[in-house]
Amino acid sequence: MLRVRNLRVYHGIIEAVHGINIEVPLGKCVALLGPNGAGKTSTISAITGVVKSEGSVSFEDRNLSSLSVEDRIKAGISVSPEGRRVFANLTVEENLVLGGALKPKCRSDRIAEWFKTFPILGERRAQPAGTLSGGEQQMLAIARALMNEPKILLLDEPSLGLAPKIASQIFEMIKNLKQENITILLVEQNATQALKLSDYAYFLNNGHILAEGKPEELGGREDLMAELTGIT
Amino acid sequence: MEYVVQQIMNALAFGAEYALLALGLAIVFSIMGLVNFAHGEIIAVGGYTMVAAAALAFKNPMIVIGAAITAAVVASVTLERVAFRPVRYADPTTGLLTAFGVSMILQNLFLLLVSPRPITVTSLFFLEWSIDLGGVRVSSLQLFEALATIVVIILLMLFLRRTLLGLAMRAASLDFEMVRLSGVRANRVFAIAFMISGLLAGIACVFIMARRGSVDPHLGFDPVLKAFVACVVGGFGSLPGAVLGGFLLGAVEVAMLVMLPQSLGGMTDAFVFGIIALLLFWRPDGLLAPRSEKGDKH
Repeated sequence: MLRVRNLRVYHGIIEAVHGINIEVPLGKCVALLGPNGAGKTSTISAITGVVKSEGSVSFEDRNLSSLSVEDRIKAGISVSPEGRRVFANLTVEENLVLGGALKPKCRSDRIAEWFKTFPILGERRAQPAGTLSGGEQQMLAIARALMNEPKILLLDEPSLGLAPKIASQIFEMIKNLKQENITILLVEQNATQALKLSDYAYFLNNGHILAEGKPEELGGREDLMAELTGIT
Repeated sequence: MEYVVQQIMNALAFGAEYALLALGLAIVFSIMGLVNFAHGEIIAVGGYTMVAAAALAFKNPMIVIGAAITAAVVASVTLERVAFRPVRYADPTTGLLTAFGVSMILQNLFLLLVSPRPITVTSLFFLEWSIDLGGVRVSSLQLFEALATIVVIILLMLFLRRTLLGLAMRAASLDFEMVRLSGVRANRVFAIAFMISGLLAGIACVFIMARRGSVDPHLGFDPVLKAFVACVVGGFGSLPGAVLGGFLLGAVEVAMLVMLPQSLGGMTDAFVFGIIALLLFWRPDGLLAPRSEKGDKH
């Protein structure tokens, strides 16, 4: 279980996240929703340790707060970041190799497995990842994040900037991951899709948690949905 | 014919030396954005180690060479640990000033603790003899230097393409944070980069010392200046650019030496840098500058 307690994140002197609490139980998919600038990515960055934060982040009853980024990854956390951030100058295959840096055992088998799941990545295995389309890069980013066989996957805006058809492919992929019992914290602006996939959801705005609950409860609240779309 | 071949060998040898040093600068720059001006002092450390090894009566020149290269590697890794790690994530200017500071401290240490005057090392003169290549006599040292550089470049390419740390270093040049998020330790990547940089400086040091036969506190200044120029010409941060820039600079330098009349002999460097300036006018980012778009990172 990933447990975030009283998390505060600062960008310079500005506090972006004002003491939030989040829990992600093992085997569940939890959604973190909210409009642009709500503090979703800041929260993810604080969990992985790439930004400084106050409060505590614990995973499987182990306090991660004082650990380095690398040690948190080693503890079983993995991230598919906002903007995908594939290694554009490395080939598709090299991206996956590097993604599995911590689990060298059977790495090539796992890569072959991914190429079976996404034949398009297999076809382009020797191509620089920068030449892939947005959707392909997103598939690669998620596959790369899973190469270390993490216990929890943080998915930051996987559908951002993708055509609706491609985005639904990505959501289909997340659904499959869920069926494999991979623990997921899903950050999304596309609330409809995210709520369909998740077991529990938090609604974040201006660095505060505005609401939390089962997807069916949150999905019915028009005030929250209006916040997301900006239509009031 | 012989004259032309000899000049080509000159250009290759100069170019190889610049390429080795430029690669050493570029590999550190590509991952941490630091122009390591203390690179020249790493060469000097190698030179002084040769003096010490020879003085300790190691008659075997291989021991002298091995000691110099080892010392350069150790010095480079130590500098990373002591001087550059604390400023790793600081502003690039801070890193640059740190490099200048380290460079001055080391030069002054050589002045104070060793000697301001050149010290001769004769152990490497055995590398220099004349080889008959199909009727054309060339210097063995130049041949070795060109060959060593080619071997080093091939090994470095294999390392960067075939090993996990090599992949991590290439990826780190675009997005270091994402490399850390894959679980690769930043400390290890930096240490390896400086280790390779020191190794390249150590190998270059062997050839510089074999040619000059002596070491003084400012041994590294000129070579590093040239390596810096080679990096700029090739495109700073690009490893192929560093190699290309190094060989190009060697070729232009030899061409100027050959073509300039005797009366302008002292102005070779001025002409070389003039040509480089024109080149940069045409390609301000260097010939093989890394593309400005950095993945999908915004």
